[in-house]
Amino acid sequence: MDAIVLQILNGLDKGGAYALIALGLTLIFGTLGVVNFAHGALFMLGAFCAVSFKKLLTLAEVTKVPSDLGFPVTKEVFYLEKWFGQTGLTIIDFAVPLAILISIPVMILIGLAMERGLVRHFYKRPHAEQILVTFGLAIVLQEIIKAIFGANPIPTPAPQFVSGSANIGEWLGLGQFVVYPWWRLIYLLFSLSVLAAVFSFLRFTTWGMVVRAGMQDRETVGLLGINIQKRFTIVFALAAVVAGLAGVMYTPILPPDYHMGMEFLVLSFVVVVVGGMGSLPGAVAAGFLLGILQSFASMNEVKSIFPGIDQIIIYLVAVIILLVRPRGLLGRKGVMET
Amino acid sequence: MSGIKDGVSRRGLMKGGAAAAAIGTAPLVFSRRAWAEKFRNDPGNAKSIKLGFNVPQTGAYADEGADELRAYKLAVKHLNGEGDGGLLTTMKPKSLKGNGVLGKKVEYVTGDTQTKSDAARASAKRMIEKDGVIMFSGGSSSGVAIAVQSLAQEMGVIFMCGLTHSNDTTGKDKRRYGFRHFFNAYMSGKALAPVLKETMGGERKAYHLTADYTWGWTQEESIKNSTEALGWKTVKAVRTPLGAGDFSQYITPVLNSGADVLILNHYGKDMVNSLTQAVQFGLRDKQVNGKSFEIVVPLYSRLMAQGAGKNIKGILGTTNWNWSLKDEGSKAFVKSFGQEYGFPPSQAAHTCYVQTLLYANACEMAGTFYPPEVIKALEGFKFDGMGNGPTEYRAADHQCFKSVLVVKGNEKPTSKFDLLEVVKEVPRSEVEYDPKIFGGELGPYKV
Repeated sequence: MDAIVLQILNGLDKGGAYALIALGLTLIFGTLGVVNFAHGALFMLGAFCAVSFKKLLTLAEVTKVPSDLGFPVTKEVFYLEKWFGQTGLTIIDFAVPLAILISIPVMILIGLAMERGLVRHFYKRPHAEQILVTFGLAIVLQEIIKAIFGANPIPTPAPQFVSGSANIGEWLGLGQFVVYPWWRLIYLLFSLSVLAAVFSFLRFTTWGMVVRAGMQDRETVGLLGINIQKRFTIVFALAAVVAGLAGVMYTPILPPDYHMGMEFLVLSFVVVVVGGMGSLPGAVAAGFLLGILQSFASMNEVKSIFPGIDQIIIYLVAVIILLVRPRGLLGRKGVMET
Repeated sequence: MSGIKDGVSRRGLMKGGAAAAAIGTAPLVFSRRAWAEKFRNDPGNAKSIKLGFNVPQTGAYADEGADELRAYKLAVKHLNGEGDGGLLTTMKPKSLKGNGVLGKKVEYVTGDTQTKSDAARASAKRMIEKDGVIMFSGGSSSGVAIAVQSLAQEMGVIFMCGLTHSNDTTGKDKRRYGFRHFFNAYMSGKALAPVLKETMGGERKAYHLTADYTWGWTQEESIKNSTEALGWKTVKAVRTPLGAGDFSQYITPVLNSGADVLILNHYGKDMVNSLTQAVQFGLRDKQVNGKSFEIVVPLYSRLMAQGAGKNIKGILGTTNWNWSLKDEGSKAFVKSFGQEYGFPPSQAAHTCYVQTLLYANACEMAGTFYPPEVIKALEGFKFDGMGNGPTEYRAADHQCFKSVLVVKGNEKPTSKFDLLEVVKEVPRSEVEYDPKIFGGELGPYKV
């Protein structure tokens, strides 16, 4: 029982990340008809917003001091610590949650620049060309990040007071072995909140209603005198923000490196396909479903019966679902069909 | 026989034959270094030789590769008599004169292994065939090292391994044309076990998470053997895919497995992620079987420790070399590297630098670049002053034997480089083994 509860939690927090990335992917596909392979890079850029913000907070006065090593070594004192003492150190400790505030405008700008500068030129081109150009863009972004930050993962911890783990077992009466990191629980709640906010925005606002209408029938919405293209551009920026936020909050779980987006991108694409291309609820449902299945497949009991199943489970499920329901779990008729 | 009858006696003929044979072989007897053999990329009368440095310049180990490249460039500088000489000032015995190698200036080309065996082989092949390198070196993955080592044997060009820790590199996959200065997983196990017993006791239950490739397998086996010999039990050994990213699904089963030690047979990014996540899951705060739960990382590197941040504090492991060592060789290398680049070198940088000097020195000893003779000069070569105390390149498997460092994550680092604290220098005698235990054949000298 302990193991099952833990693997469900593992699946949910991983599923939260998949769902956030897949939501953005399918939002872009549903509105603009673009298969955006640079979406994983947006997740990575979000994570590096947190890294950059932390670097900004930890700017330090550097002095060279003589050492017994035969060359002078650098000594660093954070400006924030120098100016504000303990308060400065507390601000540094909260770098990741504070980075959310910075990442929203940054990701909007990146999203707008990406859509206006490159992606819009490929709206009417075949999907294969869209994939090639966005994949190329992802590689360029990766290499830029590597050139600036290096290839090694960069530790970006959560604030000290949530760095431990919660004793969920005691809460649920399951014993001392069911513990789960506080930050992962926060991440799960955060992803559910972001998903709820995006759905509410699209469901309960006039702006969102127009976007949904545009996803159904772009031409008719255009004929009503609404500049649907402009709104879709904003949707691209919104998707970038969602991916970026997912990245910011993921940094304490996975020390970010330049390649982290690519690792999530492939799985998120499978999530989108399983959920149904263009279906927002499908992407979310498939994100959590595949996250949980992946966790269960990694259990020793399962692997002893099916060795290596943890490596292929997601793709196996994708094959089965596509055979049984070629449009995915909640896919719409006519999307990517001729 | 008619000649004999005509006045040339049999004795005379034999004397004449012996004299002719003596004259004919005289050049070989009197000029030991005059190798008539043709060999691949023979520099002949050229004024310079080229070395190939094949390191990961892209991919997950790019930072380690960058540090290796810094070390190689420094080694070339010192070989050519520039800079402060680095380890040339402390190495003994030494045949190098600081005027290149055998009077020829040292140049180099670089390649990118991408930490992929096929890319590394392609890059090495280009260096050998197009750039004409006389020796190549590089590292950061045992899979890559083993792949290019076999290429070295096929093409008859010596490969001086960089960072590779799998037992297989100088075990079942050893090659005559491959040499490893770095230590291996067996030595890590042997060096670590007594310290583990001292700090954690003789009754422990260990759970292994192991990177699923040659290095991970051999390290798991070596650490299991060493810890089980202490009386520890192995509860479970789970293989994890390389580059798994999120290890939570592998860590949660540890919580109720009954294990009180987690051994992470991971390196690089995998180690950073698995250790960070194991700490987040509160493993280090747990009490199991009446003992504090412990985590062990058998192979450490400073670059990895930087990535793991404060999570490494107090965690035990082993390393080939650390910049904080106070012997003359280490001090000279740290000073030289620090003056050049502004920070101390990593263990990867150290082993790559030393390997370059050892190859060059062997050429001077052999008096030729002819690989079979250079190999013979390296085989059994005993040296000191290179940072690890007295060291020997064992002839039977081309593995260097020297002391091994047991380290732990520094509780109170004084700088961002001061991440590992040396707990014990384990002497060579305690980590040595019979080369036959890992099998393998070195192969021929002449290819």
